[in-house]
Amino acid sequence: MKYSMAEEIKVFRSWSSRFALRIIWALKLKGLEFDTVYEDLTNKSPLLLQYNQIHKKVPVLVHNGKVICESLVILEYIDETWKQNPLLPEDPHQQANARFWAKFGDDKVLQSIWGGVFLKEGKEQEEGVAASMENLKYLEEEIRGKKFFGGETIGLADIALGWLAHYLDIFEEIVGVKLIDHEKFPSLAAWKQEFANAPIIRENWPDRDKLVTKYVAMREANLGKGTPK
Amino acid sequence: MAEVKLLGAWGSPFSRRVEMALKLKGVEYEYIEEDLGNKSPLLLKYNPIHKKVPVLLHNGKPIAESLVILEYIDETWKTNPILPDDPYDKAMARFWAKFLDDTCMPAIWQIMWSKENQREKAIEEAIQHLKTLENELKDKRFFGGETIGLVDIAANFIGFWLGAVQEASGMELVNKERFPVLCRWIDEYVNCSVVKQNLPPRDKLIAFLQSRFSASSWKY
Repeated sequence: MKYSMAEEIKVFRSWSSRFALRIIWALKLKGLEFDTVYEDLTNKSPLLLQYNQIHKKVPVLVHNGKVICESLVILEYIDETWKQNPLLPEDPHQQANARFWAKFGDDKVLQSIWGGVFLKEGKEQEEGVAASMENLKYLEEEIRGKKFFGGETIGLADIALGWLAHYLDIFEEIVGVKLIDHEKFPSLAAWKQEFANAPIIRENWPDRDKLVTKYVAMREANLGKGTPK
Repeated sequence: MAEVKLLGAWGSPFSRRVEMALKLKGVEYEYIEEDLGNKSPLLLKYNPIHKKVPVLLHNGKPIAESLVILEYIDETWKTNPILPDDPYDKAMARFWAKFLDDTCMPAIWQIMWSKENQREKAIEEAIQHLKTLENELKDKRFFGGETIGLVDIAANFIGFWLGAVQEASGMELVNKERFPVLCRWIDEYVNCSVVKQNLPPRDKLIAFLQSRFSASSWKY
């Protein structure tokens, strides 16, 4: 029994959020119909604040009135509720592996690249680059010989790390630092291409130019500079 | 028979979480104590990325990260489930476990390591998060309902270590006046047999924490 009555799925997202994008991917990969509510994160709706009182963030998934927050938690919920095109393998050890890499992506890779490289400059940025390289080396070893982190098909870890396949190029361009270099990380570079161009994924990237504008402004604001000339 | 080994540390709440789950499910395992100041080749081999405990070895295959290990244990050994069946209830459990690790605990540690002029703010933040946690508990016996679940296991830091931290440092965060519901849960929790058997000796833990705090010239 897949659907009891009308299945109501609603996603609260912003146009640019790389976390909310994960949910869009997962729902579309499973062929699900859903409503989208776009949030202006500088002016959050009362509904968002009610649904996500604790973190006040996107994404939020509402399924038949049930509210779930935190993108990795939402992804697992989606995978357990709709069984087509599974994001996690059956085998518990492989599941654990996927969860490990999704967590590594958020706790280490994202932190080092975003916090350590993108939002920094000078000596601090150099240290951030070194830390990011270490983390990317582990990803390179893990992806070697595989099409996706999930194997032949896109899995939980691919979705969690997917921002690397679009947002990272933008960050690299803005700060003038290349992190995933074809020569240093050939397997990871190949995965980026594969993922960015995969069906569903390739149709849902937010507008690149808009993202550049947004992230340039964020970096400037964080470094305490004025608007660029 | 399946071979289960655990690389752990006596004082680590993360390590004890895994032991609690294994014991709850009656899983036989070999425990290997790690000296975190002198990590064994085994630990470095099986957790090269984080080089931390706990690491579970099942038939030679390693799993690291305590919450990932807990999910693995629940998937593999079906006795006394720690996660509910229903996907929504499961999602809620995962949310709160994540809240504990990503939000609550860092806020508590922030108090210990922040400079004196930042400490007040850090305490306020930790109180806010603990109140959120307490609100989730409401009138339930445990976060997991009638029996201990994933969130209760993940909250072992609040259930036991926090008391030791408070005693070792003189800092008072959780008390009956401020957190009546949380304190009720703490009492229930530490008296639970599977929890009681999986706590480090309190005096030893306090002594260890005291030496850590004095080494860092933390003063409350």
